[in-house]
Amino acid sequence: MKARVTVTLRQGVLDPQGQAIKHALGTLGFDGVNGVRQGKLIELDLDDTSESEAEQKVTAMCEQLLANTVIESYSIEMVA
Amino acid sequence: MRSAVIVFPGSNCDRDMAVALSNAGGRPAQMVWHKETKLPDNLDVVAIPGGFSFGDFLRCGAIAARAPIMQAVADFALRGGYVLGVCNGFQVMIEAKILPGALMRNRSLKFICKPVPLLVETTQSFFTQGYSRGQEIMLPVAHHDGNYIAPDDTLALLAKEDRIAFRYAENPNGSLNDIAGILSENRRCLGMMPHPERAVEPVHGLTGGKKLFEGLLHGMATAV
Repeated sequence: MKARVTVTLRQGVLDPQGQAIKHALGTLGFDGVNGVRQGKLIELDLDDTSESEAEQKVTAMCEQLLANTVIESYSIEMVA
Repeated sequence: MRSAVIVFPGSNCDRDMAVALSNAGGRPAQMVWHKETKLPDNLDVVAIPGGFSFGDFLRCGAIAARAPIMQAVADFALRGGYVLGVCNGFQVMIEAKILPGALMRNRSLKFICKPVPLLVETTQSFFTQGYSRGQEIMLPVAHHDGNYIAPDDTLALLAKEDRIAFRYAENPNGSLNDIAGILSENRRCLGMMPHPERAVEPVHGLTGGKKLFEGLLHGMATAV
């Protein structure tokens, strides 16, 4: 079983890297980009177990290490 | 003064820190490898040095904060031990939740390496008692992620409890309220981005950090 964790800065936290990307897109002539948030993708390859058990485990991983919940939020997607 | 410096893979200011502590304290600082689970007995001060622990993978200081020795450091802090974290060490202390807030990428997105002017905001700690309030000192910074951020209520609490140790006179990285270093609730843990250990001897070019180590020693010597 695989889990896909997406970590992004929380709403309201200034994202300097996202802003730099937005600026670069504007320079390339891409109009209409109202905001860019940069984050990271962490893919986990897990032992086969029930999906709910795995999701619980990944949530604990996010809380303890994968995300800094002071500034980051995370979402978990289980992939068969 | 019995001091120890924690060493992680990627620490690179550990020796400078050990020299600064040893010279101030008259006793050699002990180096403690991150895989240890216990600190040496009877320590007064633990320092977490600058560098790039574990290559700054995931987030600066995140992996180091979960290294085996950090439980002992957290317990030491909880028991009232003195902990000094500089640069990456500050990041590690924040990730270990010994200090509040977070350190983000510099607003300029650039690595900044230069001497910066700081204002001493409080003298109510062993670390800062050697200075005078409002004194301007020069210390070098060298970091990519020194942009301090915290929720509004945390910022208000830090100000109310006089826990902002240093502010930038010229903010290099975008830190909220120009914060360069903060103290723990019991005023015994200091985390700061600038490097006092790189400014203690005339040969360093700057000596603005010397009083921090001397103040620490003086505090230890006079504490009952």
